[in-house]
Amino acid sequence: MKIGISFAVAVLAAAMMVENSAARGRRKDEQLIETTCTNTPDYELCIKVIREDPSCATAPLQDLALIVVAEIKRKTEEIIVGIEKLQKTGPEEMQPALTKCRSYYNAVMVGNIPVAEQTTWGNPKFAENAMADTKNEAVMCEKAFGKIPTPSPFTKENKYIADVAAVARGIIRNLL
Amino acid sequence: MYYKGYYHLFYQYNPNGSVWGNIVWAHSVSRDLVNWKRLDAAIYPSQHFDKYGCWSGSATVLPGGKPIILYTGITDEHNTQVQNYAIPANLSDPLLTEWVKPKNNPLIVADKWINKTAFRDPTTAWLGRDGLWRITISGVAMQTGIAHLYKSRDFLHWVKAKHPLHAVAGTGNWECPEFFPVAQSGNNGLDTSVMGPKIKHVLKISLDDTRYEYYTIGTYYTIPDRYVPDKGMIDNRNGLRYDYGNFYASKSFFDPSTHRRIVWAWANESDSVNDDVNKGWSGIQLIPRTISLDPNGKQLLLWPIKEIETLRANKVELNDKKLAKGEMVEIKGITVAQADVEVTFSFDSLDEAEPFDPSWDGYNAQKLCGQKGSTVQGGLGPFGILALASKNLEEYTPIFFRIFKAQDKHIVLMCSDATRSSLNNEDGAYKPSFAGFVNVDLTQKKLSLRSLIDHSVVESFGVQGKTCITSRVYPALAIGDEAHLFAFNNGTQSITIDNLKAWTMNKPEHMNQ
Repeated sequence: MKIGISFAVAVLAAAMMVENSAARGRRKDEQLIETTCTNTPDYELCIKVIREDPSCATAPLQDLALIVVAEIKRKTEEIIVGIEKLQKTGPEEMQPALTKCRSYYNAVMVGNIPVAEQTTWGNPKFAENAMADTKNEAVMCEKAFGKIPTPSPFTKENKYIADVAAVARGIIRNLL
Repeated sequence: MYYKGYYHLFYQYNPNGSVWGNIVWAHSVSRDLVNWKRLDAAIYPSQHFDKYGCWSGSATVLPGGKPIILYTGITDEHNTQVQNYAIPANLSDPLLTEWVKPKNNPLIVADKWINKTAFRDPTTAWLGRDGLWRITISGVAMQTGIAHLYKSRDFLHWVKAKHPLHAVAGTGNWECPEFFPVAQSGNNGLDTSVMGPKIKHVLKISLDDTRYEYYTIGTYYTIPDRYVPDKGMIDNRNGLRYDYGNFYASKSFFDPSTHRRIVWAWANESDSVNDDVNKGWSGIQLIPRTISLDPNGKQLLLWPIKEIETLRANKVELNDKKLAKGEMVEIKGITVAQADVEVTFSFDSLDEAEPFDPSWDGYNAQKLCGQKGSTVQGGLGPFGILALASKNLEEYTPIFFRIFKAQDKHIVLMCSDATRSSLNNEDGAYKPSFAGFVNVDLTQKKLSLRSLIDHSVVESFGVQGKTCITSRVYPALAIGDEAHLFAFNNGTQSITIDNLKAWTMNKPEHMNQ
């Protein structure tokens, strides 16, 4: 009986230790995300984007950056669909701006996203440049609409991509 | 590398696009460092030890004249880095068209103490008196930049030395390390293995987080196998640079045919990625420069190789031209967007030099140049040239000197300022005010400047190569025949152009086709 109780207590103690160390591990991962996001221009946005991916719980810094890059890729694909739609059906005065934006976001898709995906691990300066440029391309798309009479149909989307790119850049800076 | 009468240049290249990716070792050959012929890629991913990429490395020409390449291979999607070797398939082919990668690769992998995603760029090897080859491979540990040291008797089995060749806390990851000897007298270069009296060594590092390089001059202690920078050398981000502008991942080699040490560097684009995708190319190798030790022993001198002068055509010349404050003179009669300009300025007095405010950062020339550009009137300076200028100066890239007086000495600032280089105010455009200080004796009251101008790149050399600055610029107006070249003075002290020579630069006959 005594042995049985000791054994039970030992098992319980062991279980609590494992539980504690897992809890400590979770706190450490949360700490990584929080510290990382503090070093970006938009803490709230950073946390929001990262937490949307459940793998963030155990992701090292490089993979946190890649979570954000994946979000930029999704949004870029979406905006390209939107631009191409308007190129077919939109008003004539919008076409010059649409052509420019299509070009800017093409550069993001064929240039910056693949570079960021391939170099965040092991050669992050290229990923940093790619994210800095992505922000610029989004800003330039919005500015292209500033030059024509019709307002930009993509203000919210352009701003979102620019802001998330700035966050990605901030995260990647920690790797350098 | 030089082999059987040919210069060989290998460079990181993406055959599939104008952004980084699909990196192979492109290969070009030349007889004269000016005309180049492109060959097939020498090294490209093909084995488990480089499946995910063939990154930078170096060639060593072994005694007996056999070249061997050491390079960093990438082995997984996280860019794990290992060091491999490749040798020529056929040594009697002077073009060394084909290279083979033997099965006993990789030669070096990261041990448990080394960060395997920051472990790359093996150097040209040097042979110690003990018969052991040595190389350095760069990396980082907790923000301490490291030049790891490896030794080998047969060039195949490498053992990590107990301590690195050199390391500096707080400098971040090191890339493209360079370690070579320089002669204390004369301009000749030295083979990488040379040691002995009247020799100093140079360690050059490319800094991953700033994308600038810096070097120190010091002593290589062969018995402990350590490098120690000379007293007074700044051994961190504020140190001396081969070039204070767009100049990175540089690599030098010893040319045995002319006894020169020659350095190549990469200048990336400063326009947007969209521009690069549209124009279909991105990144250039700058004009090769010779490296020698300044007679003062405290810095290196870099100067364009003499062979580039074979492209000079129709010279124009200007002598004894005085420029008072606000005056400019136009240089005409050459293709100013593709030119070589050499000018010597002189002045009667140093008295007008404006004071150097003690609160200014004496290590941040770029910040000072940004605050005191060519349009900010000065005392002694700013004076220099306006390259790639539009007719009404909507666009121009000034390269100029400005002299300051600090307590007991004068400080010479040299700038190559891209701020007004282009009317394209796109958010993608990067227009920095690159600058460096020039350590020069002003007793002669002269300063010389040379600039090689080539459409979107200006390479400038202050005082025979004491301070070099490369700028990338993308004018919208000042292109082709619409580009102008001026010399100017915007300081209260009048200056004289003692002599200015400018040449049209022809294209080489063979431009890497």
